[in-house]
Formats: sequence, structure tokens, C-alpha cells
Amino acid sequence: MKPSQFQHHAPERVDEVVALLAEYGDDAKVLAGGQSLIPIMALRMATYPHLVDIARVPDLSKISATPNAVRVGAMVRQSHAERDAAVATVPLLAKALPHIGHFQIRNRGTVGGSIAHADPASELPAVALALDARIEATGPGGVRFIDASEFFLSTWQTALDDGEILSAVEFPVWGAGSGFGVEEIARRKGDFALVGALAGVTLDGDRVTRACITMIGVGSTPVRCHEAEAALIAGGANADLNEIGRIAAAPLTPTHDVHASAAYRKHVSPAIVRRALTAALKEARS
Amino acid sequence: MNDRTRVRLTVNGHAEQVEVEPRAILADVLRDNLGLTGTHLACEHGVCGACTVLIDGEAARSCLVFAVQAEGASITTVEGIAPDGGLSPVQEAMRDCHGLQCGFCTPGIVVSMTAYLNTHPNPSDADLKEAMSGNLCRCTGYQGILAAARQAADRMNASS
Repeated sequence: MKPSQFQHHAPERVDEVVALLAEYGDDAKVLAGGQSLIPIMALRMATYPHLVDIARVPDLSKISATPNAVRVGAMVRQSHAERDAAVATVPLLAKALPHIGHFQIRNRGTVGGSIAHADPASELPAVALALDARIEATGPGGVRFIDASEFFLSTWQTALDDGEILSAVEFPVWGAGSGFGVEEIARRKGDFALVGALAGVTLDGDRVTRACITMIGVGSTPVRCHEAEAALIAGGANADLNEIGRIAAAPLTPTHDVHASAAYRKHVSPAIVRRALTAALKEARS
Repeated sequence: MNDRTRVRLTVNGHAEQVEVEPRAILADVLRDNLGLTGTHLACEHGVCGACTVLIDGEAARSCLVFAVQAEGASITTVEGIAPDGGLSPVQEAMRDCHGLQCGFCTPGIVVSMTAYLNTHPNPSDADLKEAMSGNLCRCTGYQGILAAARQAADRMNASS
């Protein structure tokens, strides 16, 4: 299948991107790496009369570090992020990146594009949600920040307003004594996860002072497991992780599709959470 | 909307200029406009890897890149992998190890394997399995392909 016709715009500044989105409204779509958008267009699941290609906007391809966060521009390629020293200070992000597709995909796919695309089985939206990242949105009115907890509305739906572009994502840096784990079940390496869990902990001795658990593939958005996080903080580093996994999975209502049944997704969820937490705790202790 | 756009590319070392619709994917431009039919198209939505080429030295699926996105880029197709008239270490290994049967997926396999080994000189068998997981083959059962990747990795390492 071939994509339908469109007009290609290749601005070089963010304000030009915003102006083009304002001019063409619903007829325009932002093109970053294209690794999700082009298949959708090739399969004619969507057509857009105008594509605003952001690859030639240098400001969107930058990574910068502050003491407490790493800011990743929307157009930073996933493979670039994988090799970046600042990104390495956000271990959950660094660990999640290699799970995305295959290396050929990551050479083109972008951090911001994946988050703006908001596929509920994708890793990077879950990283943003797990770490309480801030989404930087640039629109006609300037820049605003959206908490990741308020960003993902449903499958492929985000809190970005019409005319806004996701311009960067700020990932918080966790302090010493932290560890992270990413675990997925997929039929083949590189496939979308049937179920995945991303976890982080900060330890002070056997005390868990901070915890995040986010699951993918189990709903219309990535799902933050607040009750399980609270149970882990209450239980400490030696808590029964099977029980934490059960608490995480209890409220989930995954759907059935050709890849796996809802019952299977629900059944494996506690084990995936346990594995992610086991890895996170191990790293935090080391 | 049907307007054609001029795209300049360096393909296998040659400067090229084509006039294409924005929706033209790079794979079609390589095949139809430039006659480089070594790049194969199968799924056309990024799953199979048959259309893999190097874009500025990095492997990518040329069905998931509009040619207009590649403006100014340097493209290497399977035709440009080997020295003139010869076979690259990867191609030799694919022949030695029976890494192909019908050959349809082979261009993508060769390009992906070349890109991976160029940047990973000392891969484990598990690394090679993962590296080749983005290319589908419906004939070989992959064992010959993985044997070829092992041989190519070892020979490239020994000669470097």
C-alpha cells in the first residue's frame, strides 16, 4: 500500500512549525521519525493533506541536562538517545529504549514522536508516566508544560491542543540508591509488548523511599499502579513482590486482541511486575 | 497537491537528483526512479525489513522514509555494499553458510547485518540473533543466516 497524496512542509524553526499547524489545522500532522505515522498512512488508516516535517528544526534535536532533569527534544532519534551520556542518567529511559522495535526502527524513530503518538503498548509513554516527566508543548500562545499523568488520554490521544507540538520532554533524574527495571512479554523480540512493566525504586537501607510502577499493553493508555507503589513503600525492600504484583494487576482491565486474550494479559501481569521490581531492587542495592 | 519536489541524494557514492511526489517512499524512488531494484519491498509498512538501506551509514527501512525526508542524505543500497565486482565479507558468509534460499529477503538481511557488524565488532550469538530479528525470512529458518552473521563477524574481526 502507498500513502495518499500530501503536501510536505519542512520548516527550520519551531515558530514556523506552529504557524503551519495554525494555518492548516486538522489537515496537518507533524512528521517526526515517521516510524509509526508512515505505516498508518501506508495502510490508509489515516490520510493527511499536509505533513509538517520537523527533522530540519535544529532546536528540536537537542538533549540538555539540568541537575534534576534531562530535557530531550522532540526530534531526538531513539538510537541517538541510546548512546547519549545525559540520557544514561535517566536509567529507566535508557533501559526502555532498546525494547523499541528493532535497531533499524530506532535509527529513525524519535523520543518525542513516540510519546506524542501515545500508543498504549509503547515504552516511552510509560517511561514518561512512571517518572512523572513533564511534556513541553509549544503552540501559538507559547510554551506550556503538561504533567505526564495528564497527558495520555486514550489510544493515540493526548492532551496536546490543536495547533500545539510536543517540543520536548523533561525526564526527572532520580538520586543515589535508585534502581530500575523494564520487563516485557512479547511473542518475538521487537514486537509490541503483550504486557510490560517499568519499575523504579529508591532505597534507604531496607526502606523504599520512592517507587514507580507503570504497565503497558493493559489498557488504552500506559497505566500507573499507585496502589502497588504505596504497598511497596509500606512493605519495604523485602516486601512480597508477588503480592505487590497482584495489587498492581487487580484493577487492570486489559482487552482481547489477535495477539493475546484479556485473561492472558491479566494472568501474566503480576509476574511481569514482580520481575521488573526484582530487577529494580537488585540495581538499587548494588 | 500533486506537485513534485526535487530531492537530492547521494546513492552509493553518486550524486542523484529526482523529481518525486512527497508521498513517494524512498524504496520506490530507489527502485523506480534510480533503477536500483536490489532493494526489495514486501510488507511496505515496516515489519519485514526487506527494504533496509543505509541512510547516512545507519540502517533504516526505506519503506518508512519518504524520499523528501532523505533530502541531502547519503544512501547505500545492497548494490553499494560490496567492492566493485566482488563480495563483501557479509555476502561471502551468506553464500558460504546458505543464508538464503529464494533470496527475496537477502538484500535487507545483507544491509542490516553489514550495518550491525560495522558498529558491533565483537557480538555474541545472542547479540546476532537480536540484531537480525528485524528481518523476516520465510525460507531458511534463520539458522543459515545466523551462521553467516557469525562467520562474517569473526572474519571482519580477524581482518581488522
